[in-house]
Amino acid sequence: MAGQAIHLKKEILVRIIKAFLSDNFEEQTRLIPFAMRPKGMEVPYRCCIYKERAIIKDRTIAGLGFPIEEDDETVSLGTYAKRALERTEIDDKNLTVLQAACKGCATNRIYVTDLCQGCVARPCTTACKFGAVSIVNGKSVIDDEKCKKCKMCVNACPYNAIVKITVPCEDSCPVGAIKKDETGFASIDYTKCINCGRCTAACPFGAVHEKSQIIDILKAIKSEKKVIAMIAPSIAGQFPGNIYQLKSAIIKAGFDDVYEVAQGADITATNEAKEFVERMEKGDSFMTTSCCAGYNQLIKKHLPEIKPFVSDTKTPMYYTAELVKKEFPEAVAVFVSPCVAKRAESFENKNVDYVMNYEELGALFIAKQIQIMDCEPAKYAVESSKQARNFGFTGGVADSVKSALNDEESIKPCIINGLNKDSIRQLKKYATSGTCEDGCNMVEVMCCEGGCIGGNATINNQKTAKKLIEQLSNESKDIEKI
Amino acid sequence: MAKVEVKVCLGTTCFVMGGNNLQELNDIIPQKYGDKVEVMGSNCLGLCSINWEYSKAPYVKVDDEVVTEATVEKVLEVIDKKLG
Repeated sequence: MAGQAIHLKKEILVRIIKAFLSDNFEEQTRLIPFAMRPKGMEVPYRCCIYKERAIIKDRTIAGLGFPIEEDDETVSLGTYAKRALERTEIDDKNLTVLQAACKGCATNRIYVTDLCQGCVARPCTTACKFGAVSIVNGKSVIDDEKCKKCKMCVNACPYNAIVKITVPCEDSCPVGAIKKDETGFASIDYTKCINCGRCTAACPFGAVHEKSQIIDILKAIKSEKKVIAMIAPSIAGQFPGNIYQLKSAIIKAGFDDVYEVAQGADITATNEAKEFVERMEKGDSFMTTSCCAGYNQLIKKHLPEIKPFVSDTKTPMYYTAELVKKEFPEAVAVFVSPCVAKRAESFENKNVDYVMNYEELGALFIAKQIQIMDCEPAKYAVESSKQARNFGFTGGVADSVKSALNDEESIKPCIINGLNKDSIRQLKKYATSGTCEDGCNMVEVMCCEGGCIGGNATINNQKTAKKLIEQLSNESKDIEKI
Repeated sequence: MAKVEVKVCLGTTCFVMGGNNLQELNDIIPQKYGDKVEVMGSNCLGLCSINWEYSKAPYVKVDDEVVTEATVEKVLEVIDKKLG
C-alpha cells in the first residue's frame, strides 16, 4: 500500500492498543485524533486540521472494529471504545470504506486532455464504435453517456492526448465488488466480495480498512482464558529475528502459547496428496488446491462450476485450529494472518475465534515495546516440514503435494499465481472443458500474486520475505511420504 | 577522509513501520559511493523509545545525523550533503 497511508493506519493501531493498555481506555481513545494532530501542527494532507482529525477518527473507528459507513459523526471515539469493550459478537463484514477519502478520487472515465491537437485525421472518432467522440471547437470531446470505456480512442490517438482516468480500488478488484456509485463514494458489495484485500492495498488514500478485532483479542488476553496464537507460514519473512524468537515475542505480548500453522499445512499436504491419488485413479483429469481462503470465496460466489475439481482437503488453518481445540477446548484461538480473506474463513470455522493480521501483531509489539531480536528462541511442540513452511509463496503448495507423493512423476502441476480477470477466465475454462492445458493435472491457486507473502496485510517486501522463509525451510526436515 | 557510516535500524518498531523498504540501501550505497560510505544494519538504535516517537520510525543514522521517517531518497540526500 501507498507508504504514508499504511504508516498512518499502523500508527493508529499502536495508539488504540496503547489506549487499551492505559488506565483509561475510553478517554485515551477519544484523544487519538488530537494526539496525532495537536493544535498548531502543520497540516500534512487535508485542507485543515479539523478535517485531518475527522479522518483519523474514522480510521480509528475501523481499528476498533466498527463500520465507518454507519458513523453519523455524533458518537465520540470514547463511546466507540466502550462499545468495543462491551461487544460479544464481531462483525462478519470484514472491510469498511472511509468514504470521505473517496472525494479526492475522480470517477472512472475516458478524458481528453489539453494535448489534443485537433488533428485532421481524427482517428479517435473513427476508432470509437459507439459514436461517443465528437469534435467541438476543433477538439475531441467524449460523450460520457455513450462511452463504454473500451479505450479504443486512447489507443488510437497519436499524441497520447486521451487518457483513461482509473479508480484504483475498482481496477484492483478481480470480481467487480467495489464500485464508486453515483454519489462518488466507493462501497463494497458483499454478495460479490471475495475478501482478497486487493482494494485495501490499492487505494492511494488508504480508504479501505479491515475491521480490526484487536480489542476483542486484547480483551481475551486480559481475561483468565488461555489465548493461543496460530501463526501462518508466511510470517517467517515478516519480522526481524527468526520464528523461534517470534514465539517468545508473541508470548511476551500476552499469548499463552504459539502454534505454527505449518503444522496444519503438513496435514493439508498429506491429505491432498492422498486425495490426488484417489481422484486420478477414479479418472479425474485434474484437481485444484483448496487452501487459499480468497480462492474458496471465489468458488462459492463466482465459480461454482469448478467445485467438482477442487480438493476436499481442509486448510492448514482448519487443521491447526482443530489440534489446538482438541488439546485446549476452552482456549481462545487466534489466527495470525497475512490477509483479510482468512477473516472470512474464520467465520465459517467455530474453532477459530479471532484473526489478527501481521500489521496488527506488529502494532502490538510496538505498543508493548517488544524487541524480537532480543527474545530468547523458544521451541515449538512440533517441528514442521520444509515443504509446509513453504506454503506461503507461489508454487509452495503444489511442491508440498508433489513431495508427499511416492511417485512424484505422476503429478504435473500448473500454477495460478494471483486471481485477476484473466486467471479467473482461465479457471472457468478448465472447469467447463473439464481439462487443463498441457497435460497438467494439479492446479495450485493462490489469490494473491506471489502467494501469501503478497497478502494485503504483509509487512515485508516479497523478495526479502521469500528469502527469509527459505532460510528457515532449508534447515527443516522433508515432508513424509504418504 | 573518514568513511560515512550509515546505520539502518532493524529494531521491531522500525521494521514494522516501513524499514523493510530500506533494505535496498544495501545494494544502492556500495554501487553509488564505493568504499566512501559504509552501510550496516543495527539493533534497535533506541530512538523510538525517546518520548515514544514510534510514529517517526523508521530511523536511519548517517554518522551522527538522525533521519526520521526514513526513505531511500531521504538517506541518499543526507549522504550527498555529507560528501559535499
